[in-house]
Amino acid sequence: MKPNRMTRRTFLKTGGAVVVGMGLAPLRDGRVAAQTVASADRFLGKTVATDAVDGFLAIHADGTVTLFTGKVDLGTGARAALRQMAAEELDVPVGRITMIEGDTALTPDQGATAGSMGVARGGMQIRRAAATARQELLARASQRLRRPVADLEAGDGVITVKGGGPAVSYAELVGDQRLNLTVDEKAPLKDPKEFRVIGKPVPRADVPAKVTGRHVFVHDFSLPGMLYGQTIRPPAVGATLLAVDESSVASIPGIRVVRIGNFLGVCAEREWDAVRAARQLKTSWSSGTGLPDQARLFEDIRANPIVRDESIATRGDAPVALAGATRTVSATYQWPIQSHASCGPSCAVAHVTADRATFWTGSQATRRDRMSFARILGLPQDRVRMIYLDGSGCYGMNGHQDAAADAALLSRAVGRPVRVQWTREDEHGWDPKGPPHLLDLRAAVNERGELVAWETQAWLPAPTPNLPNVPFLAVEAAGIAQPAGRSAGMIHQNIDPPYQVPNLRAVVHWVKDTPLRTSNLRAPGKVANCFAVESFTDEVAALVGVDPVEFRLRHLKDPRAIEVVRRAALRMGWSARPRPQTADPKAPVLTGRGFSYIHYKHSENYVAVGAEVEVERTSGRIRVTRLVCTHDCGLMVNPDCVRSQVEGCLLQGLSRTLFEEVTFDRSRVTSVDWSSYPVLTFPDAPLLEIELIDRPTEPPVGVGEAAATPVPAAVANAVFDATGVRLRTAPLLPDRLKAILRG
Amino acid sequence: MIRLIVNGQQRDVTVDPETPLLYVLRNDLGLTGTKFGCGLGQCGTCTVLVAGQAVRSCVTPVQAVAGQEVTTIEGLGSPERPHPLQAAFIEEQAAQCGYCTPGIVMAATAFLARTPRPTEAQIKEALAGTLCRCGTHDRVIRAVKRAAVAMGGR
Repeated sequence: MKPNRMTRRTFLKTGGAVVVGMGLAPLRDGRVAAQTVASADRFLGKTVATDAVDGFLAIHADGTVTLFTGKVDLGTGARAALRQMAAEELDVPVGRITMIEGDTALTPDQGATAGSMGVARGGMQIRRAAATARQELLARASQRLRRPVADLEAGDGVITVKGGGPAVSYAELVGDQRLNLTVDEKAPLKDPKEFRVIGKPVPRADVPAKVTGRHVFVHDFSLPGMLYGQTIRPPAVGATLLAVDESSVASIPGIRVVRIGNFLGVCAEREWDAVRAARQLKTSWSSGTGLPDQARLFEDIRANPIVRDESIATRGDAPVALAGATRTVSATYQWPIQSHASCGPSCAVAHVTADRATFWTGSQATRRDRMSFARILGLPQDRVRMIYLDGSGCYGMNGHQDAAADAALLSRAVGRPVRVQWTREDEHGWDPKGPPHLLDLRAAVNERGELVAWETQAWLPAPTPNLPNVPFLAVEAAGIAQPAGRSAGMIHQNIDPPYQVPNLRAVVHWVKDTPLRTSNLRAPGKVANCFAVESFTDEVAALVGVDPVEFRLRHLKDPRAIEVVRRAALRMGWSARPRPQTADPKAPVLTGRGFSYIHYKHSENYVAVGAEVEVERTSGRIRVTRLVCTHDCGLMVNPDCVRSQVEGCLLQGLSRTLFEEVTFDRSRVTSVDWSSYPVLTFPDAPLLEIELIDRPTEPPVGVGEAAATPVPAAVANAVFDATGVRLRTAPLLPDRLKAILRG
Repeated sequence: MIRLIVNGQQRDVTVDPETPLLYVLRNDLGLTGTKFGCGLGQCGTCTVLVAGQAVRSCVTPVQAVAGQEVTTIEGLGSPERPHPLQAAFIEEQAAQCGYCTPGIVMAATAFLARTPRPTEAQIKEALAGTLCRCGTHDRVIRAVKRAAVAMGGR
């Protein structure tokens, strides 16, 4: 048996169930079974109801606990945080909790892992279930020990009479039996003052396995008899397949060509054979439906038919106030199409038979995918099982689901399990993209330099209501019916400023068309919107000649907002003065500082970011030397995981600010590798200074998105400070700045 | 048949000699710690050591390394007995999704062998060709510094 290749017997016995846990049992060959625990099949048939404690938890006779969760760890550390939340409410050591994630046969439907809500919502469901279980355990112990509950205390999986005396363990009280309890929404949660596990920087259990190459990603999973598949995408968007010359790959041993309509793939026993066959296969395609001229992208958006207007915020009468004002400013901001650009191209393994389908996938939404794939394959939902395995970081819906669709069609065609991993060109070229944003802003100030009116108009591609999933490439190509449409997440949030202003109008013009498929990309829309709103706030502050931090503080009331702004400025050593500074006209390198703030979704994190930049006058090259971030996310379940997420948000946000733009010609995407779609590299990484504000009595909010959003404006505002030039189009490319600096 | 020495063990494989080393490691030898990133030699995700040098296994034909010492992430250390560099990555929790991590660890191993007392600028330059999309750069740099100290560089 090859290492990490489950035998058919093991596979059938477990039904392919996959477990992630603390207890990493070494296999004979030295690998670690981080995710392939053969005992998971004993749970098949368990409830997956979200109102049943048994849906979330199983307490075992050996004192261990299994936590079942529909929320998955996308590389964020949620695996640590969710176990901590269960451990806290249940009073068991976190190391005794094993976790099963995103397996439609075993885990409750907690919705997709998206919108940075895994811990905020999913974790709270888990806490409530664990608190209900604890309440029941105390009641049972009370009977067993013949003492009132008030005399008992729980700790480390044991209930003891306070002050010493008899004790009984959870294992004795439950011992692998079902609890048959409904989740009690009123079950008391721990007082934050009593937290023993929540709030601690518990190390992530997956890191040692990841750092030593033992962690089993979906890319590393294999089944007996599995073939390696590759798909061949058309050379132009919308092209139809005219002819395939199978003889062109006849020299490759055992190659199988699969054609279903315009869907084309190859399968082979060996991965390299599949890869080279996909390259070598001679095909002929129609010219396709074409793409619009990228140079006219934003003109096209503005001229696009408007499906509907949506008011996002209204106060007073902004148009009237703007018309009557003497001091006004207006500007247009543009954000490009961007890719998820995952480091590892998307991958999935599918095993489709006549009456059943099983998938191993890095999807954020196995439950929703099950519905989609049941429909696509014409199977009842209970015959389709989706099992989450770690993918490469996805930052929203990248190509994972599409790879699963590829694998499903190939597996059904060849009657064997099939693994598909996309190529780099597939991933950059065909992942659904973050949509372009176009925003017009206007503001008016009074004689005291206060904001009296603000208007945002945003042109954004319209989402399709109730779309179950972004239409899959393979399904479309194969001519199988699927709901058409588009989604990209809540891309309209935060188009309105987080500041006090008596007259406000923020409206989205939802437009009909956008050139490429879209999906949710980390902090959907908010990176672009905050770039516009916070750059424009800087413009207003410059207009009235007020220091931009001071200007923001004058328009903030929420004490948590004021605190993050003040603390970030203090940490930065911010010196209050109007922007821009007067630069030495001969200096070859100009330096500047910028500031930005967001109240994420107007309801979640408070984040302030300060940036320091150096701008090379001759080249226009922007180097960010320092990013300071103050971050308030309410309760921090695991401060080190929070810090890690904030670091990632800042650096990925910086990458999107400086480098990233999907390019396309009239046929297809042309930014299809790391030289045509560059991202932040190690030499680009600035000094990071992060201050985390812990508020244990506030509910936790997500940390995977918010801190990315203030970065673009902080950098653009710093460039303005350094050069006096206002960059209103991202990414902030050297050529754009150089052209303006040279006048 | 091609004779390889992988992580100190002799391994014979019967494959097309042009097959990139990456696929042989992953699919023939079951060493899936080394990951496919781009197939173009651009991202460093597939980095392994060949005779101590960092090499991109996705663009290295297996026949080119016949008879040479190949070290993969699994050969460096294990969760129970991590290499000092791996231990430093664990200490700094220098991974998010972890897909790029093995390649970065291998590139950093080769770098530390020739630069035992690196400056931060040298570390950044040495890792310029290895991409991390999650944004673990800060922690990786700290881990490499920590490992340099632990390994006696300073």
